[in-house]
Amino acid sequence: MSQTGHKIQSKNVDVFYGDKKALSNINLDITPNSVTALIGPSGCGKSTYLRLLNRMNDYIDTFSMTGEVLIDGQDIYSSKIEVEELRTNIGMVFQKPNPFPKSIFENVAYGLKIQGVKDKKLIANRVETALKQSALWDEVKDDLKKPALSLSGGQQQRLCIARALAVDPKIILMDEPTSALDPISTAKIEELIFELKQKYTIVIVTHNMQQAGRVSDYTAFFYMGELIEFDETTNIFTHPKEERTQNYITGRFG
Amino acid sequence: MNKVQINRIKDKSFGVLGLIATLSGLIILGFFIGQILHEGLNRLDMDFLKDLPSRKPEKAGIYTAWVGTLWILVMTTLFAFPLGVAAGIYLEEYAKKSKLSSLLEINISNLAGVPSIIYGLLGLEIFGRVMHLGNSLLAGSLTLALLILPIIIVATREAVRAVPNSLRMASYGLGASKWQTIWNQILPASMGGIFTGVILAISRAVGETAPLIVVGALAYVPFAPSGPMDEFTVLPIQIFNWISRPQHGFAVNAAAAIIILLGITFIMNGIAVYLRNRWQKKINW
Repeated sequence: MSQTGHKIQSKNVDVFYGDKKALSNINLDITPNSVTALIGPSGCGKSTYLRLLNRMNDYIDTFSMTGEVLIDGQDIYSSKIEVEELRTNIGMVFQKPNPFPKSIFENVAYGLKIQGVKDKKLIANRVETALKQSALWDEVKDDLKKPALSLSGGQQQRLCIARALAVDPKIILMDEPTSALDPISTAKIEELIFELKQKYTIVIVTHNMQQAGRVSDYTAFFYMGELIEFDETTNIFTHPKEERTQNYITGRFG
Repeated sequence: MNKVQINRIKDKSFGVLGLIATLSGLIILGFFIGQILHEGLNRLDMDFLKDLPSRKPEKAGIYTAWVGTLWILVMTTLFAFPLGVAAGIYLEEYAKKSKLSSLLEINISNLAGVPSIIYGLLGLEIFGRVMHLGNSLLAGSLTLALLILPIIIVATREAVRAVPNSLRMASYGLGASKWQTIWNQILPASMGGIFTGVILAISRAVGETAPLIVVGALAYVPFAPSGPMDEFTVLPIQIFNWISRPQHGFAVNAAAAIIILLGITFIMNGIAVYLRNRWQKKINW
């Protein structure tokens, strides 16, 4: 496996929303070309951590942080970083499918368009590649002009994945990408995640323990804003070191 | 009677009450329009539209008034539309939540409720005297633009706020800047609502009389305006002037002029509905 994904490191990260501490002293190294699952009960800080990695928390007025988040050794919160450029390297897939109210083609092409790509042939190629990567091409190739919102929920979510892939990111962040989908669509997305890790570093937040077990190589367990345990997924699920991890994954609380 | 029956009666009676409430407005409006049409329709012809004002009711026309109204309409839109939409977008997308921004917010809502004659006085002082624009079209349309600015700002903000946040996040997540997100996603998604608000605001401006009288629009203008610095009159002022005369012929003239004014307003509202529907289709919700 070639190392094309990027390495993400967090050093002594504290996050605050106003006076409320949302994350406390997080130290976490994410391996390239792997899938890392973030699990934990609601409000534990796992989504906050995910959004930290592409600076989406910047849109929350009360947000502040200390510590460092490094991607390939560079602090993404340094003043030298252009947020827009950072995000073209980090795709994001949200909990609820959120395609733009435009055509399928325009949705996938949007990322290129805002980067100023004008070459129509290049755009068409990238759109096709991205839709193939997200296993949607065969279903939509004949009606790329159709409104994206006429697709089913599962198709919409794969379209959102294609949209993220079209700008050729190195990292993909997924925030409970299947929680609004039926089991068949969920299975398709999970298959997709498995294929995508050949090329990308993937971080996924999930409430579904089986999903974490199925798709991820590493699992991080968050509880009350702290990183309780981080290890290979097989270790977390077979012999966790912490009792709280054990209790959570066996469904005793959460 | 048991509870279920009582509830059913309440239910029914509210339905009837609501129907009466809905109809009462429509019936009065219908009656009014019927009367105006009955009185003024025979007076309406091409000459009425082409004639200049006159002391004799059967010779008087509304040429200067409707040309003045069109000038006012176009110029007010040119001033108020970009300013109002830009301010609305700024307040919704750029301004941080702070004491200053909430103070601005409250004051803009308050401004929307200030009586129009106060705007007239403001316009007279600032545009008429300080800026030496006199009683020109420019002074009048700037005054009306001020008057409808708060309405446009509020309408823009509401339309922009109605755009789901997931759309912004999707755009930002792909590396779009704030402006790219506004231009490519938020504006197309909210244009229908913005247009509706703007056109309704302009309809209001077209019907305004008081602020223009204060600024110095004249009841009698012998020539139609041909540039922004010309003196002018508008339809509502012409109507007001005719209504206040004793001869019956002028009342008929006023009714005919009201038909034209209503026509302009209805056409504008029609355009608002058309644009809103067209935009909704285009954005594929």
